[in-house]
Amino acid sequence: MSETFTRIQLLRRGAAAGVVLTIPSSFLAACGGDGEEAAATTEAAKKQLAKTLRFSNWTLYIDIDEKTKKRPTLEQFEQKTGTKVAYFEDINDNASYFGKIQRPLSQGQSIDRDIVVLTDNSRFPALLVKKGWAEKLDKSAIPNMSKLQDALAHPSFDPNRDYSLPWQSGMTGIATNLKLTGGKAVTTMDQLLEDRKLKGKVTLLTEMADTMSLVMLANGDDPTKVDDTSFQKALDRIKKAVDSGQVRQFTGNDYSGPLSKGDLAAAMSWSGDVVQLTVDNKNLVWNLPESGGDIWTDNMLIPKGGDVFTASTFMNFVYDPKIAAQIAAYVNYITPVKGAKEEAAKLDPKLATNPLIFPDEATLSKVKIFDSEALSNQDYAQKWQTLIGS
Amino acid sequence: MSWVHRHRGVVPYLLLAPGLAWLAVFFVVPLGFLGYQSLQEGSFDFGYTFSWAWQNYRDAISNYHEQLIRSFVYAGLATIIALVVSYPLAYWIAFRGGRWKNLLLLAIIAPFFVTYLIRTLAWQTILADHGVVAGILRDLHLLDADGRLLATSTAVVAGITYNFLPFMALPLYVALEAIDPQLIEAAEDLYASRLQAFLRVTLPLSLPGVFAGTLLTFIPAAGDFINAQLLGTPRQHMIGNVIQSKFLELIDYPAAASLSFVLMAAILFGVLSYARVLGTERLTG
Repeated sequence: MSETFTRIQLLRRGAAAGVVLTIPSSFLAACGGDGEEAAATTEAAKKQLAKTLRFSNWTLYIDIDEKTKKRPTLEQFEQKTGTKVAYFEDINDNASYFGKIQRPLSQGQSIDRDIVVLTDNSRFPALLVKKGWAEKLDKSAIPNMSKLQDALAHPSFDPNRDYSLPWQSGMTGIATNLKLTGGKAVTTMDQLLEDRKLKGKVTLLTEMADTMSLVMLANGDDPTKVDDTSFQKALDRIKKAVDSGQVRQFTGNDYSGPLSKGDLAAAMSWSGDVVQLTVDNKNLVWNLPESGGDIWTDNMLIPKGGDVFTASTFMNFVYDPKIAAQIAAYVNYITPVKGAKEEAAKLDPKLATNPLIFPDEATLSKVKIFDSEALSNQDYAQKWQTLIGS
Repeated sequence: MSWVHRHRGVVPYLLLAPGLAWLAVFFVVPLGFLGYQSLQEGSFDFGYTFSWAWQNYRDAISNYHEQLIRSFVYAGLATIIALVVSYPLAYWIAFRGGRWKNLLLLAIIAPFFVTYLIRTLAWQTILADHGVVAGILRDLHLLDADGRLLATSTAVVAGITYNFLPFMALPLYVALEAIDPQLIEAAEDLYASRLQAFLRVTLPLSLPGVFAGTLLTFIPAAGDFINAQLLGTPRQHMIGNVIQSKFLELIDYPAAASLSFVLMAAILFGVLSYARVLGTERLTG
């Protein structure tokens, strides 16, 4: 099947491809030609590892050895268990990825993935659980679950962590390409949305929670408790910036290319990504806006039809503090694993004091969690989509 | 044999059957289903139910007329530019191509060997703010010092034009190729200037190619969303972007389905009026 080949190539091409990939996959799903029935995996918990673990994740979200271009964590898992990991960087934003997988899932078909990663500041992890499209974790295979940070143990969408386990947490702020701003970092939302010097060289995020949180904080409103007035006020301000041509695009993970290439002066972006990008481009910096940013957690979930035991075994593996430290050290996101800080200190003492991986109180006081009720508000979702899609 | 003789009238229908079945299964049935969906109401979380919700159509037009009009403007511009670019090209290949004809035609189709998506992504690089094209235009003062090409209407129209150019060039070539050069010679023998011969002989005879080419370019271009997505900003988004985001991201099937029908109706209306106008011209020209 030549389609597979091009698809994998496209996935690597970068996240922008995600938009178009939705078509072939949903067509395939509609034809029912591909993908085994979800029923194929029996209810009886099997304790045998599959040959391959199929893992969908976001770009810039796992450690890579720059020389060999291999992924150490995945290699180590293969060596330890004999299970290969098919790693797909095919999640660009929550909404489009969910749109892609919901059709086969709603028809009881497998999506050929054992782990997918969705963010708690979107409504989709909750929706996956509510619709019965997520498999329960095999907790007996995840003794390391005890290492989960207490603060993350009881999210509202999955109070007992029966279905999900955090991958990483992160913060949303502003990245600047200093080359285009005369060496000055963009540190306020006022600059990002209204400074005409940045006109047309600014992107915001397609994730409602991310963009709205930052704008609401800049407006002096509280993103943890959204009401119609504060929502509309933020929406109007963003619309004005779009209409004036200030905002070039709304993006998912795909801001990374144009930002490092120099097509963007500033981009609303996720903390760890930019640190990774600075390896190739020293002109990039990342800041929380002065008025504050938001914090979120990405969750590993097993979609219906995924191999529960293999997926759970993998989750256990990445909850080994040593492995967690290794991933965090590369991706520069906040690790959800207790004891990772100590392990990180062993790798490199500087790592343990990196505020992006182990945020201090000062940083944590500047970031908010977006109102979870607002996420499932249909009216807000509609208004948001109209803004970014039109 | 004798059965066929006795039922001679049945044969054409039998021959048509596979095509008709194809059309029924892959066009009429999905279209019917789409129509059914367009009249549903509800939400993804709680499910959609059928309720003759005609207001979906009213909402579709009132909320998204801007994108709808933009789609037709962009597709129209791209079609005109493609025609202007392709006509001389096809003319030259048809009348002067000689033994290079096949190679030249291959060159027109060559971009199709690369995926649509990759072709469009390549234009991101071509039109990049610090790319060669933007640089040259800036040096020529055709572009402001801080001006850009990428993420503008120009980029989107250029992308659409490029991507659909072969659909224009090939029908034009076929029509021009079929013209008997002796007709043009005859016109010139009858004291027509070369321009007159072109306007009164070549051009009218190539009109079927123009007609086919413009339709093949305009119709898919009006529904395109890739170019606006990758080369534009939200202010360049076309109706295709809205439909794809409704279908795949908001999972709002009724809105997406009614928008699809509105688009289809608008295109059909446009095409019919166009056929009428060009049809009469062909008769009188």
